[in-house]
Amino acid sequence: MESYLKHGGYQSVTKALKNMTPDQVVEEVKSSGLRGRGGAGFPTGMKWSFLDKKSEKPKYLVCNADESEPGTFKDRYLMEHIPHLLIEGMIVSSFALSARTSYIYVRGEMMYVIRILERAIAEAYNKGYLGKNILGSGYDLDLFVQPGGGAYICGEETALLESLEGKRGNPRNKPPFPAVWGLYGCPTVVNNVETIAAVPWIVNHGGAAYASVGVGKSTGTKLISACGNINKPGVYEIELGLPVEEFLFSDEYCGGIAEGRSLKAVVPGGSSVPILPSELILKTAAGEPRLMSYESLAEGGFATGSMLGSGGFIVFDDRSCIVRNLWNFTRFYHHESCGQCSPCREGTGWMEKVLHRIEHGHGKMTDIDLLVDVAKNIEGKTICPLGDAAAWPVASAIRHFRNEFEAHVLNPESCNQKHLHASLVAAH
Amino acid sequence: MSTTSVSGTKYLQGLEKQIEEILKRYPEGRQKSALLPILHLVQAREGWLKTEAMDEVAALLGIQPIEVYEVASFYTMFHIQPVGKYVLEVCRTGPCCLVGAEKMIQYLQNKLDIQMGETTRDGMFTLKTVECLASCGTGPVMQIGPEYLYHENLTEEKIDQIIDHLRSNS
Repeated sequence: MESYLKHGGYQSVTKALKNMTPDQVVEEVKSSGLRGRGGAGFPTGMKWSFLDKKSEKPKYLVCNADESEPGTFKDRYLMEHIPHLLIEGMIVSSFALSARTSYIYVRGEMMYVIRILERAIAEAYNKGYLGKNILGSGYDLDLFVQPGGGAYICGEETALLESLEGKRGNPRNKPPFPAVWGLYGCPTVVNNVETIAAVPWIVNHGGAAYASVGVGKSTGTKLISACGNINKPGVYEIELGLPVEEFLFSDEYCGGIAEGRSLKAVVPGGSSVPILPSELILKTAAGEPRLMSYESLAEGGFATGSMLGSGGFIVFDDRSCIVRNLWNFTRFYHHESCGQCSPCREGTGWMEKVLHRIEHGHGKMTDIDLLVDVAKNIEGKTICPLGDAAAWPVASAIRHFRNEFEAHVLNPESCNQKHLHASLVAAH
Repeated sequence: MSTTSVSGTKYLQGLEKQIEEILKRYPEGRQKSALLPILHLVQAREGWLKTEAMDEVAALLGIQPIEVYEVASFYTMFHIQPVGKYVLEVCRTGPCCLVGAEKMIQYLQNKLDIQMGETTRDGMFTLKTVECLASCGTGPVMQIGPEYLYHENLTEEKIDQIIDHLRSNS
């Protein structure tokens, strides 16, 4: 706490509570162009402005710290190293939304992070940044940490709210959206950790200053968690608009492909977004350099593009096997499907089974189109986006690497990664 | 909502202070929100969630036992079957597999002479695979309950040290 205060910590709380109205804070966040950092990239200020402020009911701000998207580990890093930045953001954001009670929902596996946050929250109460009449402003706020129980689906905001109410994490039908009917049926905003952590800077320096960083509608900076076959895995804060090539190969970031291998493919935004082969991740189909931004990574649509998503940047070298990895990811979605919607519950299981048999030498040529068909019949047909998240990796892997699936059918021994990891794990 | 007191219970006794602290976090009438935190609390002490323990939690929160069972069986962190003293949970998701998780899983199975999901004969270790632990840049990773500490950048040597350490601790 002392060190955080010495470096200008909690200044935005003083500024907002003493010199600004809640609506002014919302306006600054709107003009900053900040977009949700959890994966969807929805403009934060707009999400805030949907909150039903006229409602007589209490308003809630809930921070989504259920970070579970494979390839993503930025929120864990942020909370572990700068817990006070999240707490400061929660205070200012809660003030903007007129919330008097707020929760940080942290995935249960991160028990040690929960302890770090609870300690930091206690310090903030001691210093008068939380509790009754904060800094003499008349504004009261209580902040609590809620543990999850191990369920990827609770990263979906309505499933998270169900879980916070002590129920199974089954996503809700929308509308009504949480802004109208959220926690306990009250108007609620759910924001990702990194989104909330950006708010103090915006309040201190103004929305316009934030919007001057980045490129186009991708304003500000973004945490990218880089992993896979690279020399320097880790969490990097980048200015949006950085060329992918620089991020991947410069020593300042990923430091190139590990063990002197070559680049095969990248999943740039967490396991749910489409995979791109090396030629399409470095340059768009039109030959333009691909940038780390919402727009540039999506350039070309799903035919030749992908998404920035959560910023979980997974790099595959030339030895890695697209089929094996896809089977693994599909097993993940099958395991994590909540089971409410038939297309997702059944479809993810079918895809896992078909991929398992292709990977293990029992595939048929017709299986490849069968996978495309099942994916198509999940996409857009479920209550929440987990169905889409399970379908997109399948569709994109077959789109860009169909020959690898065919090779597995014709010659099961062609799988490189299988040989690399000499000992194999049974499927179940 | 009236909550049954902790006194007279078998699995909640001694946890009064923590439970009271947890219940204060939610508005009046919303005590069901305390379900996950309290189940974590009970499991941390008991190792796993017996039906009788879940029934006591239901009575405490004024909800039906089925409301507790359906939650305990939905979330992967809750054990509704007996487990070993230490639960070793190894990540099996894609990014960890790119950096050797499959080898670590095989090594653990051989070392402990059990398959995934099983418990060693002496009741010390239960081996499980889990999905992504948000440790993709420091994989392979294993988490060990009941403390849920992360052990990252796993190697066979590291696994040997961890297992030796846990064995000598008990």
